[in-house]
Amino acid sequence: MQDLFRRYGTGLTGTFFVLTAFWLLALVILPNLTLLEASFRPYLPVTEIGGPKDVYSFDNYRKFTANPIDSNLLVFPVTMPIHTITFLNTVIYSAVVTFVTFLLSYPLAYYLAKIADPKSLPTLILLLFIPLWVSEALRAFAWYIILTLNGPLNAVLTGVGILDKPIRWQNGVFTAYDAIMIGLVYTYVLFMLFPIYGSVQSLDRNQIEAAEDLGAKWWQTHWRVILPHAKPGIASGCVMVFMLSAGSLLVPAQLGSTRSNWFTQSIQQWMLESQDWNTGAAYSFLYILLCMVVVLLVMWIFKVKLSDIAK
Amino acid sequence: MNKKSNLLYHLYFGAFLFYMFAPLAIMGGAAFNDNKLPSVYPWKGFTERWFVDLMNDQVMWTSLRNTILVALAVVIISVPIGTAGAILVNSIAGRVRAVLYVVMVAPILMPGAVIGISTLLFWNNVSVPPGLHLSVLGQVSYIAAFVMLLVLARLQSFDQALEEAALDLGASHAQVLRRVLLPHLSPALYAGAAIAFFQSIENFNVTLFTRGTSNTLTVYVFSKVRSGITPTINALALMLIAVTAILALAYELRRRRQAKIEAAREAEARRAEESMAI
Repeated sequence: MQDLFRRYGTGLTGTFFVLTAFWLLALVILPNLTLLEASFRPYLPVTEIGGPKDVYSFDNYRKFTANPIDSNLLVFPVTMPIHTITFLNTVIYSAVVTFVTFLLSYPLAYYLAKIADPKSLPTLILLLFIPLWVSEALRAFAWYIILTLNGPLNAVLTGVGILDKPIRWQNGVFTAYDAIMIGLVYTYVLFMLFPIYGSVQSLDRNQIEAAEDLGAKWWQTHWRVILPHAKPGIASGCVMVFMLSAGSLLVPAQLGSTRSNWFTQSIQQWMLESQDWNTGAAYSFLYILLCMVVVLLVMWIFKVKLSDIAK
Repeated sequence: MNKKSNLLYHLYFGAFLFYMFAPLAIMGGAAFNDNKLPSVYPWKGFTERWFVDLMNDQVMWTSLRNTILVALAVVIISVPIGTAGAILVNSIAGRVRAVLYVVMVAPILMPGAVIGISTLLFWNNVSVPPGLHLSVLGQVSYIAAFVMLLVLARLQSFDQALEEAALDLGASHAQVLRRVLLPHLSPALYAGAAIAFFQSIENFNVTLFTRGTSNTLTVYVFSKVRSGITPTINALALMLIAVTAILALAYELRRRRQAKIEAAREAEARRAEESMAI
């Protein structure tokens, strides 16, 4: 710290402090404290704010556990509060999406890092970056076109005789969330691929060859040598894909049906349709809790540090 | 590694590229279909009317302008803030550093909707109305963290003795920063600016809750998709994809040219070395 003053003088060091303080206080800490405080206050007309009704309570959080309805969780029929079901569905299907993107990405990451011709590698990576640069709104929209009732997917599947008649994909085939999951996997798979690629790439090829020379089967090499080395990248990819999926609003709004609610849509309804910012704040805070639990869980399962995840 | 499994990997990678690009091609193709709904199937004939409609769509042009202005503002604010944060974190150690790091990185891991809502509520409390200025602040809160991570990584390879030397030779503090530190950081600063710009253009969640009544491109696309779509969106998508592809192509050509120059230089050096040995 003393060092900083000596190098850059009082003026510049002060500027560094002010900029960082503005960022962390005005843009991160205070907004989140405001969110937490607002979540305990009732939603009142402007004239009654600060009046006798304006007291702290858990009322906003109780809405999360109110209104039990009959519904399905995965394939099991349950009777649960409507918003709790939405929340659990969001968590479950985001986890499924995360798992699927991992299955898709791992062989690709291994291919890019160890098999592809190093000379053409920059070109391949650039190719993969192009869909990433096309806006998320449009990537979800592309699947909206593909999955519509009279769309190309149904046309192809009925054309080759796999289907007898077109399917309403957006209503779901196996679960009500099929179309949303298809869209999420497509939109976020690259956020899994690049971190895993980064960590596999740093593995010395000699270690793989040593394992093979010592008689390891291909799956043993992957399970005992490559996967453990790729752990930080996998952890990072899992957190990113899970958080992006659970936090996505564009994809569920474009590809979902009335039977498939995503928790971000519940928040959006409170905030923009009911204009009840306080309940919106309470639900947002539940999201922060979920986010913290997931990050801690991943750090614990994969035994990695936060600096491995956020890259 | 045997040939057969390598072939499988090549096929799989090819299939993945198809999976990534086919939806984009379908979306782009639908821009030319003379059908009121955006679809490639059934094909009702070639038309360019959706592009004409798009050119006459004032809301779209305003949204595009807003998107670019917001992105520029985000770059201008988040690059200095992220850099200052990285320099501070780099200069301290121990528990304070760990806490500071967690607070800085946390916004990256937080859902965008939550960032948008907390920004809206906080500034509303201090009587700042919603609008694109709040979208900028909300986006900066997490985009600055990307810049911070890039600069922090670059700082690891910085030799502080260079600054000492400059000070000993009578440089002022401002000169040390401008002539020694910033030139070393410049690759990270450019990369940070590029990432900030693209992240901001992409952003939807933060913007949706903070924008007030203004539109950005992502919000505009979203509202269009919900309220009766026409293939003008496809025309817009095709143009954005084309711009992206052209940028990528330009980058690739530049990289190849540099690789060639590099290879030529290496060959030259090798030849020189060989002649020296003789």
